[in-house]
Amino acid sequence: MHAPVIATERDLRLDLFRGIALWLIFLDHIPSNLVAWITIRNYGFSDATEIFVFVSGYTAAFVYGREMRERGFLIAGAHIARRAWQIYVAHVFLFAIYLAEITYVVSSFENPLYVEEMNILDFLKQPDVTIIQALLLKFKPANMDVLPLYIILLLLFPPILWLLLRQSTLALGASVLLYVLTWHFNWNLPSYPTGTWFFNPFAWQLLFVFGAWCALGGAQRLADVLHSQVMLGVALAYLVFAFLISLTWYLPAASQFVPSWLEQVIYPIDKVNLDVLRFAHFLALAVVTVHFVPSTWPGLKSRWLWAPIVCGQHSLEIFCLGVFLSFAAHFAMTEISGAFWMQVLASGVGILIMIAAAGLLRWYKRAEGRAPGARPKKTPDADLAGGEA
Amino acid sequence: MRTLAGFVVLGLLSSLMMAAAEEQQICEIPGYLLSGHSELKRVAAAVKRGHSLTIAVVGTGSSALAGPHGPSSAYPARLEAVLKERLPTVTVRVIPVVRQRQTADEMAKGMPKVLADEKPDVVIWQTGTFDAIRRVEPDDFRAALDEGIDAVEQGGADVVLMNMQYSPRTEIMVALDPYADTMRVVAQQHEVPLFDRLSIMRHWSDTGAFDLYASSKDNVLAARVHDCIAHGIADVIMDAGRLNEQKAGQ
Repeated sequence: MHAPVIATERDLRLDLFRGIALWLIFLDHIPSNLVAWITIRNYGFSDATEIFVFVSGYTAAFVYGREMRERGFLIAGAHIARRAWQIYVAHVFLFAIYLAEITYVVSSFENPLYVEEMNILDFLKQPDVTIIQALLLKFKPANMDVLPLYIILLLLFPPILWLLLRQSTLALGASVLLYVLTWHFNWNLPSYPTGTWFFNPFAWQLLFVFGAWCALGGAQRLADVLHSQVMLGVALAYLVFAFLISLTWYLPAASQFVPSWLEQVIYPIDKVNLDVLRFAHFLALAVVTVHFVPSTWPGLKSRWLWAPIVCGQHSLEIFCLGVFLSFAAHFAMTEISGAFWMQVLASGVGILIMIAAAGLLRWYKRAEGRAPGARPKKTPDADLAGGEA
Repeated sequence: MRTLAGFVVLGLLSSLMMAAAEEQQICEIPGYLLSGHSELKRVAAAVKRGHSLTIAVVGTGSSALAGPHGPSSAYPARLEAVLKERLPTVTVRVIPVVRQRQTADEMAKGMPKVLADEKPDVVIWQTGTFDAIRRVEPDDFRAALDEGIDAVEQGGADVVLMNMQYSPRTEIMVALDPYADTMRVVAQQHEVPLFDRLSIMRHWSDTGAFDLYASSKDNVLAARVHDCIAHGIADVIMDAGRLNEQKAGQ
């Protein structure tokens, strides 16, 4: 057994890309938003969710790993559980806002064209069942799947982290094994009224654990591979391939250039179970990013990148705010205008509000004497100390 | 230089006039949303040999309109009218088999009966909305589509898949895109045409042809949208059934 090498200084690239991922998730969550054409999901297999989950795993290991080594399994485990509880409360709060928005938007609307779509309020006919199912995380409206995934990932995290700190390869191996078994046996958690979770935690844990593994020395072990020209070439080739395939989603005429055997192989690209193609696409993006943006890049300290970095440093608050803002943007689009100018306005104002809120949170923590990355003095408040998981 | 300016003015004027003429056909569908290379062989054969074309529309709520004029202004009836006009020598029948609140799986199970009862040459299968609302498992949805398409093809008819309506107001509550993606892939794999109602209606909304955010009690907007959908499906059937060539050959 050897003590894993843990980076002591926080890698600002993580905050930067998590901040950007939060913006992209916000843009993608606004329906009918032409601005969302800029987000990465349109140009390949993976989307901002992969970045978010990976970086969350990385920072969780960074923060709680240090605590677990210094203060033991129980204390770190208790802090992780408290973090999961905070996310649960945030999820329920967002669910209440969601209910308020959709019941208003749907009930104030009448159009014979959309009689069938009005069935979406069916679940309100049985509030006794639905609300309990929502509290059990079994009933989850569209776009409210990420936080429940995050809760499960954190609840499972203490034993995984314990193993990662001792036998990191074994822990990663166990994670891969769980992923493979999940695919083989179709494991997933049940949903209400039918089906299973939209983000299968047993499959998505792979990305979270992989992020944690990278934080606890894995990234250094991979350094040679990551920086090789061959790897870069392979990654770039794969990104181009994914881009060409994604073109056929928008230009049906182009699909005739995709041989049917290839279609048989790649489809369906399963988001629920974190398809291997999506995972590989994320890895390729990461390889290219690491190559072109080294951690010593001076731009990371420039004031231009302050905005995404500060958002990434307060990810839970900003994620929840983003979900709320996407509801608000949708509300403005239905009640005022759905025109392109409104889409641009709602997207831009939303991101500005996210930045302002993150700046405010940072100011507040500074005032309390807890700068991001700084070691908390008495109570190791990992989740608030900028080293947010 | 002056001639150039003259040409520009002339060009502007003529494009204005063309724009005025196009107002009649606001529900134009760009080619890239319609083009496919799938063929409707049974449709072609039925029209060529029997000079008849029987179409069954198997669908849910969005394939019908309520009210006294609902049945005649919903897209199945409009499709019959449009095709009769375009194929004057062919006996065209469009039979709506519409039931509310059905998942793709329930509809797939009912396909053999539809084929036995109506003996259609082609089934237009509109589905996906209720599955998306119920959040049916993507794998199950996919399996249901496979089953339904196989049932129709074994029963001797062609299939045209039709996906959901674009509904901007309810969009945040139903994640349609994963289901639409599944339908696109299944259509590609079975080499059946897909009428991409979702993208087409989104295009109409984006270009301002229809204000789909609007709330209205009467059927005016709904009837116009259905009429446009009927024209679009007629294009798909004419195109994939190679009926334009046959008409020219007559």
